[in-house]
Amino acid sequence: MTAVIGGQGAAAAVQPADLQVAGRRRNRRRRTAIWIGRVALAVIVIGGWQWFTAEGWVDKFFFGQPSQIWNSLVTLFSRGTAFGSIWENLWVTAKEAFGGFLLGTLAGVVLGILLGSNRYLSAVVGPYIRIVNSIPRIILGSIFIVAFGLGTFPKVLLAAVLVFFIVFFNAFQGVREVDQNLIANVRVLGASPVQVARHVTIPSAMTWIIASLHTAFGFAIVGALVAEVLGAQKGIGLIISQAQGTFDPDTVFACMVIIAVVTLGAEFLISLLEHRLLKWRPPSRSEAPAI
Amino acid sequence: MLRNQSHRRPKGPSRVDQPAGIDIVGLTKRYLTPKGEAFTAIKDVTLAVEPGQFCSIVGPTGCGKSTTLAQVSGLEKPSAGSVTVGGTPVNGITDGVSYMFQADALFPWKTVLHNVMMGPILLGTPKREAAQLATDWIRRVGLAGFEDRYPHQLSGGMRKRVAMAAALINDPRILLMDEPFGALDAQTKIIMQNELLKLWEELRPSVLFITHDLDEAVALSDRVVIMTSSPGAVKDVFDVDLPRPRGNVQEIRHEQRFLELQERIWQSLKDEVTRAYARSAGAAA
Repeated sequence: MTAVIGGQGAAAAVQPADLQVAGRRRNRRRRTAIWIGRVALAVIVIGGWQWFTAEGWVDKFFFGQPSQIWNSLVTLFSRGTAFGSIWENLWVTAKEAFGGFLLGTLAGVVLGILLGSNRYLSAVVGPYIRIVNSIPRIILGSIFIVAFGLGTFPKVLLAAVLVFFIVFFNAFQGVREVDQNLIANVRVLGASPVQVARHVTIPSAMTWIIASLHTAFGFAIVGALVAEVLGAQKGIGLIISQAQGTFDPDTVFACMVIIAVVTLGAEFLISLLEHRLLKWRPPSRSEAPAI
Repeated sequence: MLRNQSHRRPKGPSRVDQPAGIDIVGLTKRYLTPKGEAFTAIKDVTLAVEPGQFCSIVGPTGCGKSTTLAQVSGLEKPSAGSVTVGGTPVNGITDGVSYMFQADALFPWKTVLHNVMMGPILLGTPKREAAQLATDWIRRVGLAGFEDRYPHQLSGGMRKRVAMAAALINDPRILLMDEPFGALDAQTKIIMQNELLKLWEELRPSVLFITHDLDEAVALSDRVVIMTSSPGAVKDVFDVDLPRPRGNVQEIRHEQRFLELQERIWQSLKDEVTRAYARSAGAAA
């Protein structure tokens, strides 16, 4: 029994030390090669873009230029925008996206788990959910702006709607995939429906829900930005639509960069949460490099 | 956890459940197939398990063995007939039952300790007490030191031990086992059978044990029930009079009496298996 657990140590002991050193060296070389490739790819794409626009093969009036985008970024942060400092605008957009993300996730998880565990409800509502899912929900932004004005609320709402469906479907599916043996097991042990949900259904669906959060946050940002483009008094989306009006692709690209950084940050936080909540999962096999 | 306590039945030393007998009378279970036809899984099954008896059900695949267990546990309701446990007709989930499946129904997101703790926790036992009880049971199944591991970090045999501790921790009156060792390799299987016999002889719950393995059935049981397939029905019941404690199941297989019984029961089972195999081969062709 212990041999299974101690297997790794035993294997290492059998191997001569220099084999291990050679394996490590090869592993390090492989990682260096990967990083060289990554940097080269970035240099080729960004450098090529700069070069092509500088030579005039591609018109920088329409497609921007990396150096100009950098200048726009500097301007945005040093001189601010027509609607206040960039931080102020970024804060507004981030607030809307996070608000929508939280609202949509909460609603998605609750409804997904409720409908997933109730056969009758899911049968009744199922077709309607599918219909609503097939309409282009981003258009709802227009309606929200008209109905709720130019403030924060319609942006939060649009982001929440986009997030909701992603999280909802995953939670719903997650509940459906629960191991029926586990449920039978705890029911025989005398679990009430609430206990079945608490100990089996929700933890089991959590894998699916967490996986959906990565995509969901991207959609929260999209929702907030699009709603801002449609009509706002502040926010990155407003800066973008303003830049579009003044034929300034560099500022649009600069805003894209800013938003990308924010999204990567949020993505990182979600990954942390994922590691914490799903630490019981077996590590994936590919993480151990063969030597 | 504590807020769930209100509606839980208290269960402690005051519990007077001696091992309960199981009486199954005229049990019939029909299902509706997806095509809309009625399918009879088991028909008129009548069998009795004495209190504290170890009873195995053997039969070809698809003869409704698992269906029978589901009716005893109260997870499903019979279409006709009745199941009585300890003198009380089954209606809803039967009290004091534990289940063990072929797939080790462990919570992958809980550690060994928390998996084993589930039984007492669901009965409303305070967390600390449940943890103590679970630690004790983990030691009894020989897994001391593995309390903080997750199921995926254990071997198949170790997971079975965890499942066994989780099933026995509540001191069940009735233990339902649905091919619990079916997926294990031969050596591990023997170890687990010995382990099960040892623990069963300490606690003496009534056991309904489903298996395909006739040797296993004879070595472990006091009574072996042979079931026929489609619809499932009881064909023969054999009482196994090998003395208890049985000792090592590996050695008992070579005893004269074991071989005689095994041969007699196999004669009854053989026809069924052949018939079921011919039918499935015919259906596949």
